[in-house]
Amino acid sequence: MATGVDRRRRHKRGTRQWALGHFWTIFTWILAFILFFPVLWMVITAFKKESNAYTDPPTLNFRPTLTEFSQVINSTSFTGGIPHALEDSAFVTIATLILVLAMGIPAAYALAIRPVKRWRDVLFFFLATKMLPFVAAVVPIYVIATHLGLLNNDWVLVILYTGFNLPLAVWMVRSFLLEIPKELLESARIDGAGVFVELTRVILPILLPGIAATALICVIFTWNEFFFALFLTNTNGTAPVFLSGFQLNEGQYWAELSAAATLCCLPVIAAGWIAQKQLVRGLSLGALK
Amino acid sequence: MYRMRHLFASSGSLRESRKLGRSPRGRKIGLLAGAVTLVAAVGGTYAGFAQASAKTVTIKIAIESNPNMLNIENLIGEFYKLYPGIKVDFDTLNENNERALVETDVSTHANEFNAVMISNYETPIWAKNGWLQNLTPALTADKSYDINDLLKPIRASLTYKGGLYSVPFYGESSMLYYRKSILAAAGETMPLHPTWAQVAAIAAKVNTPSVAGICLRGVNGWGDNLAVMDTIVNTFGGSWFNDKWQPQLTSTPDEQAWNFYVNLIKADGESGASQDNFPQCETLYGEGKTAMWYDATVAAGLITTAYPTVGADTGYAYAPTGNATTGAPGVHSGWLYTWSLSIPKGVGEQADTLKFLEWATSKQYLDYSGQQTTVGGQPFGWADINPGTRYSTYSNPNYQKAASAFYKVTLNSINTATPNHATDSDVSIPYGGVQFVDEPWFINLGNEVSNNLEAAIAGTETVTQALATSQSEAKSAVTTAGLLK
Amino acid sequence: MPALLYMIVVTQVPFLVTLWYSFRGWNSLVPGSNKFVGFSSFSTVLSDPMFRQAALVTVEMTASAVILSMLLGTTLAILINRKFRGRGIVRTMLITPFLVIPVATGLLFQTTIYGSYFGILDWIVSWFGISQVTWASTYALPSVVAVLVWEWTPFMMLIVLAGLQSESLEALEAAGVDGANAFQTFVSITFPHLRRYIELGLLLGSIYIVQTFGEIFILTQGGGGNGNGTTNFAYYIYKQVANADNYSLGAAAGVIVVIATEIIAAFALRLLSGLFQATEGT
Repeated sequence: MATGVDRRRRHKRGTRQWALGHFWTIFTWILAFILFFPVLWMVITAFKKESNAYTDPPTLNFRPTLTEFSQVINSTSFTGGIPHALEDSAFVTIATLILVLAMGIPAAYALAIRPVKRWRDVLFFFLATKMLPFVAAVVPIYVIATHLGLLNNDWVLVILYTGFNLPLAVWMVRSFLLEIPKELLESARIDGAGVFVELTRVILPILLPGIAATALICVIFTWNEFFFALFLTNTNGTAPVFLSGFQLNEGQYWAELSAAATLCCLPVIAAGWIAQKQLVRGLSLGALK
Repeated sequence: MYRMRHLFASSGSLRESRKLGRSPRGRKIGLLAGAVTLVAAVGGTYAGFAQASAKTVTIKIAIESNPNMLNIENLIGEFYKLYPGIKVDFDTLNENNERALVETDVSTHANEFNAVMISNYETPIWAKNGWLQNLTPALTADKSYDINDLLKPIRASLTYKGGLYSVPFYGESSMLYYRKSILAAAGETMPLHPTWAQVAAIAAKVNTPSVAGICLRGVNGWGDNLAVMDTIVNTFGGSWFNDKWQPQLTSTPDEQAWNFYVNLIKADGESGASQDNFPQCETLYGEGKTAMWYDATVAAGLITTAYPTVGADTGYAYAPTGNATTGAPGVHSGWLYTWSLSIPKGVGEQADTLKFLEWATSKQYLDYSGQQTTVGGQPFGWADINPGTRYSTYSNPNYQKAASAFYKVTLNSINTATPNHATDSDVSIPYGGVQFVDEPWFINLGNEVSNNLEAAIAGTETVTQALATSQSEAKSAVTTAGLLK
Repeated sequence: MPALLYMIVVTQVPFLVTLWYSFRGWNSLVPGSNKFVGFSSFSTVLSDPMFRQAALVTVEMTASAVILSMLLGTTLAILINRKFRGRGIVRTMLITPFLVIPVATGLLFQTTIYGSYFGILDWIVSWFGISQVTWASTYALPSVVAVLVWEWTPFMMLIVLAGLQSESLEALEAAGVDGANAFQTFVSITFPHLRRYIELGLLLGSIYIVQTFGEIFILTQGGGGNGNGTTNFAYYIYKQVANADNYSLGAAAGVIVVIATEIIAAFALRLLSGLFQATEGT
């Protein structure tokens, strides 16, 4: 039986907690707003006319317009314009994704379920290759690509990006695979299921959130890569290369830049927003196993 | 037939196969299913055949994303009308990206581009290296191109051993822009040929918290803050090197010039100068946030159309001269620069590429663009046509009318620029170039020195420190190049 | 294993070619310079004071960006691990910076945020009576780090959030029964559990941030401080390749950086033993 004093104390504590809870909620909202603000400002600026983009102080008092969007979409300047850039980006990203998953999942499977001797060294190798300073490699890669006749071909980017994303993909997928109970796999094998069936029927469904997380990370890094895309392609530039053209030595186009950036970032932002639950779950499932 | 033959030449088939990426979406998806490099190679050949059997030749041109270049991208339809068999693919990049990419392309002989946009800095150096095609024979043969109509100083700056290796797309010097009303309100008048001492005095008088006295470039880059700084160093009687290639950055005139520039910016320049370049100053000037602006002559046309009110109130003066510290008169200080188009040696489709180069730098293109009232959705007019390339532009009544306030200053500045000896005549120097040193290692040195200049303007370093570092960097550059024994 | 083979080809062939060039004297502006010169490029790079400064800048930039984004990311992860109104929206807002194309981020910060006169930051500091600051020159390194922190905080947050959400409820409940308060629970249970996730975030973050190039390229061109305040390894190599056209010096610098990072990485990976011990037996 709780006494009155007890109850009062508990009530008081509850009130304080309630207030504290609200404090943290508001605090979180403010932090989130600050971090989100640059993106928000980009989108707002995209709806301005160029003359409204340079005001001192920056203003929210303007009539939203689609002028800059239509300007960006209809313009063929900057290397063939935005549709061309987005098409190249989409092709490179999707092809890379398919290659990474097609090679990464079996490799991860091999590492997780039939451990290779000294796999730790293999894993270390996978990670260490990521530390190659890509700037140093650009001229060699450029020369190789020239000899192979792959310059200005989207495939050269696909080949490279696959190489860059594989290590992380193998590592992540392997971690997810380790989450799957061994018994499940073994029972499948006793049933006489072949390795392929085992992979597709038993493991894949459990692995899906993990694959979604891996795929998202892969898409982000591929879509956003700038340096190699700049050097190795020219008229087939991807979205970041297209955007970099807006850093002008003469003339400023903040509103047009914002509109272009908004359009270029939209696909990945949308993918990220849609897949964010999988991302958290995927990472928590087994990023560390 | 010509194209088929080309395809089977080894370099031709390589180049053609690279066009795979431009192939229609359907083929891309088909190839996706294959998803292996091998398939890519096979697909590449297939695409090559597809390209070769098509009727048009595609030429690839690397250009800077300056407004004048973006205009021609938007006006390319006119070229297609004249030459239906040629398709032009532009690779439009900002200056730094374009330089890095084009340099890699040309120096490794990847020859991805049928033509590249470079400047009067690169042209003689690359021509000397044997990287560029001599255009003189073809251009002289084509009477309609009228090669003698090209402005002599511009043409000379693109010439190596008598051959023209690059055709000028637009040319420029530097000049001073000022707001007549602001100066008048302060009781000041700007002479047509001002000295830096006069400019500094006027800047001090008209500078207010909301409107800066003068806008000057501060951001790092050899073609950015250093281009402006170099013109001032020259007219102060300073130089990069003496005739024995000993660096002169810590010499008295250099030090005076740097101190003058940094102090002028700090006292009466725009705040935030250390991040400013041409576009920032253009915006500030156009938005009425600065009374004066010293920069490229090409800005005159941009201001006139983009900011009509400010444009009508703008006075145009020659690049200021004189050593503001000693009072010495100094040399004419306008720079000389041109963006120009070159054909790298050994690339394919040279005949068709030349047709584009001729058109892009022709009287016809200038005429055609002058007749436009909007380009790419932006207002356009005669004042905006590519300046500084042809005498005929300056004798064209339409241009004279639209550019009446500034065309003479631009033309005279270009004509009087002194790329062969940019500083005082009694200072002997072993290099050419007004706002650069015409040596291949200069880009690197210039960028490092420009970093020091930005640091001095931002105040993270003193002018003395910045010059001491620059001096040692210059010393190391000429030592490595084997010039300083 | 095709994946392994593929990775060897794609990453090691360019490395071998880089190694090859590093022993040559190839400066593209000096015709005929592409010949064997032994170790001379290496000694040139190692004796270059700017290279040594680049090492320092790389360490400063990477360490501060990784640590700050981890601190901020952890704080945010803990905050949004609570249940509150609008949690989904807040999380969505918070992950967005990681999704934006870094080139766009660089350009947007350069113009609308750091820009003088019309930039947001100048407007904000003007409330406190501070007049215009040239962020990317006067505070070059912090400006770049701020952009990196902005980009990488969501990543760190997601990893820590993953850790928090995998924390077993039983352990937390047991702690609650024992009468531990929130802070004690955090220190004794949550933090040890999170440690491995934090280490993972630090490792992955370092791998990517050590390579930072685009942000520097757009915001500062390597300038700031004494003129090279934001020239890290990647930008140093870029200068050698793109400005000096000295492909061999760039290659040599690259090889030195690879060797150095491999040594540090081997050391760091063993130090972060938690990551690997956990998986040792499998």
